[in-house]
Amino acid sequence: MERSNKFTSRLAPLPIDNIDTDQIIPARFLKTISKAGLGDQLFYDWRYDASGKPNPDFILNKPEGRAAHILLAGDNFGCGSSREHAPWALTQYGFRAVISSSFADIFRGNALKNSLLPIVIPLDKLEALFVAVTADPAATVTVDLEQQVLTLPDGSITNFPIDAFAKHCILEGVDELGYILQQQDAISAYEARRPITVNTLA
Amino acid sequence: MSQGNGVRRPRTIIEKVWDQHVVAERAGAPTLLYIDLHLVHEVTSPQAFSGLRERGLKVRRPDLTIGTTDHSIPTHDRSLPILDKVAEAQITQFEKNCRDFGIPFYGPHSNNQGIVHIIGPEQGLTQPGMTVVCGDSHTATHGAFGALAFGIGTSQVEHVLATQCLLQTPSQSYEVRVDGTLKPGVGAKDIILNLISRIGIGGGTGCVFEYTGSAIRALSMEERMTICNMSIEGGARAGLVSPDDTTYQYLAGRHYAPAGPAWERALNFWRQLPSDDGAQFDERIEIDASALEPMITFGTNPGMGIPITSSVPDPSSISDPLERESLGKALRYMDLPAGKPLLGHPVNVVFIGSCTNSRISDLRAAAAIFKGRKVSPKVRVMVVPGSQTVKAQAQAEGLDRIFKEAGADWREAGCSMCIAMNGDQLQPGEYSVSTSNRNFEGRQGKGGRTFLASPLTAAASAVTGVVTDARTLL
Ligand code: SF4
Repeated sequence: MERSNKFTSRLAPLPIDNIDTDQIIPARFLKTISKAGLGDQLFYDWRYDASGKPNPDFILNKPEGRAAHILLAGDNFGCGSSREHAPWALTQYGFRAVISSSFADIFRGNALKNSLLPIVIPLDKLEALFVAVTADPAATVTVDLEQQVLTLPDGSITNFPIDAFAKHCILEGVDELGYILQQQDAISAYEARRPITVNTLA
Repeated sequence: MSQGNGVRRPRTIIEKVWDQHVVAERAGAPTLLYIDLHLVHEVTSPQAFSGLRERGLKVRRPDLTIGTTDHSIPTHDRSLPILDKVAEAQITQFEKNCRDFGIPFYGPHSNNQGIVHIIGPEQGLTQPGMTVVCGDSHTATHGAFGALAFGIGTSQVEHVLATQCLLQTPSQSYEVRVDGTLKPGVGAKDIILNLISRIGIGGGTGCVFEYTGSAIRALSMEERMTICNMSIEGGARAGLVSPDDTTYQYLAGRHYAPAGPAWERALNFWRQLPSDDGAQFDERIEIDASALEPMITFGTNPGMGIPITSSVPDPSSISDPLERESLGKALRYMDLPAGKPLLGHPVNVVFIGSCTNSRISDLRAAAAIFKGRKVSPKVRVMVVPGSQTVKAQAQAEGLDRIFKEAGADWREAGCSMCIAMNGDQLQPGEYSVSTSNRNFEGRQGKGGRTFLASPLTAAASAVTGVVTDARTLL
């Protein structure tokens, strides 16, 4: 996926802590064998009512939420299962970053593999951002991945951490599997010295 | 990893297992880590196999890989067709993927079929000192053997299929020390629910737990698996227990466990794995086992747990606004009043199963409550063994008859209502007492409401029709 390293966007605020992957993409949609269509199922049970009609109160059904490429979420976003369907659904919907005060480990790794940026900022700044976007739904932030800088609606800037190797892969378009495959010699050498553990074919 | 003057620094088991699996370290990149055992299932693997096909790659080590069908498989009579065509297509594709790539697997009709985290240990595949991965966050279960076991996403499933390796950065270590003796009617599930209620569901983020202490040592392997299983619910990607004689006794004689001279060699190796005296952990918590009560959750994440004898917390007593709102939102979803006990709350469904609590000891505990009693007519009860092996063992012991005579539904093995992908699910508004590991909104069916608890609490609540302290029935 092509990702420029700097972009500006509105925010879709979801001021809820511990948003788990069952909310991001409910398990019944995981019976698929492809990645297609997951964007339509993003946050399905919050986004649609029991009859399948859009829930007008949900942020992604409001005009200001639809225009956003950045999700603003409460602490510990993406907790729960390892399903990579969560970042697939988020990116297919059009999100390029999620801003929160922390992310669950597996989600963070899965997001980076799909060029979805998990941007961690301190809790006080996160809360200020929720206030800012409530006051002005058209407020924007600018993400600069190269510099690891987030420019907030008031023009102030804050740095964010990101895994150095994942950043390199996203910016340079490095394919992680290709990178590992280049190290086949090291893998073979390891296997040659490794004691036999199990043989599932036995 | 030695320190100055040649003295070896005491290491945790987490560091030892890590060090033994380093394939390569390159500047500016994470460590390339070797994976000893890769478990695959139908839900998180299809896109990984598609990726291999697109690149024209093979599975590097089918002999270190095993597949099973568990998540979307029905738990009704296996001679019947699968009614959900999407689920059926997924299972068919999985079997084709395994065949095409030469991976052994347990299909719907295999005598060894079962939940991925049940079959690894019971077949003797999971062994101390291994690295174990699966596209599933409850892979931490295998940590009970002193393995470094963690869940991965589908991209990483593809990496492991193709290379048997992963790029990883080390986690912090977190000692969860549990000392003392559990009171009767209090068990492993209560220990882990108590831990999570204390540290919160993000409390272990970035960490691997090692469970230590006399109370952990006293647990059986099955109980240790229950605890390690829910490490992810505390935010930790992995959780493990240093191996001991309990571990070795469990493994001896299992299908894939080493035998003969290989067993002796393995024992010598395994005995060097436990954390060294004086090893340093980045974080620590202590739990007094003797003070624990049976635990139950009231909310919409596994950290929202209380001793079964106490009351649901009141949001108005919480100062942090986001936290107060989270609790309020959870109680609205659960339709529960603040400040009231859960004991006596009506229950519609009881689910006994999942990779947390579907092993033979869990079924025995539930059967002890059901024996000579009837399920409340208001409650639908499903007992779902973790594997066909567990099912056969339970039937050999006559447990199936106890369940059926009590009026519970005795099913085929699978994930079932833990994740509600296979048709086993709650109806909107229904309450369940469930032995599974997640109570997220809609986890057991859209609009369903889950109270997580031990098999004893679940069985007792099935009998009375309301949330019940099993100690009153023991
Ligand atoms: S039983 Fe539940 S938690 Fe365990 S693997 Fe299956 S779906 Fe996941």
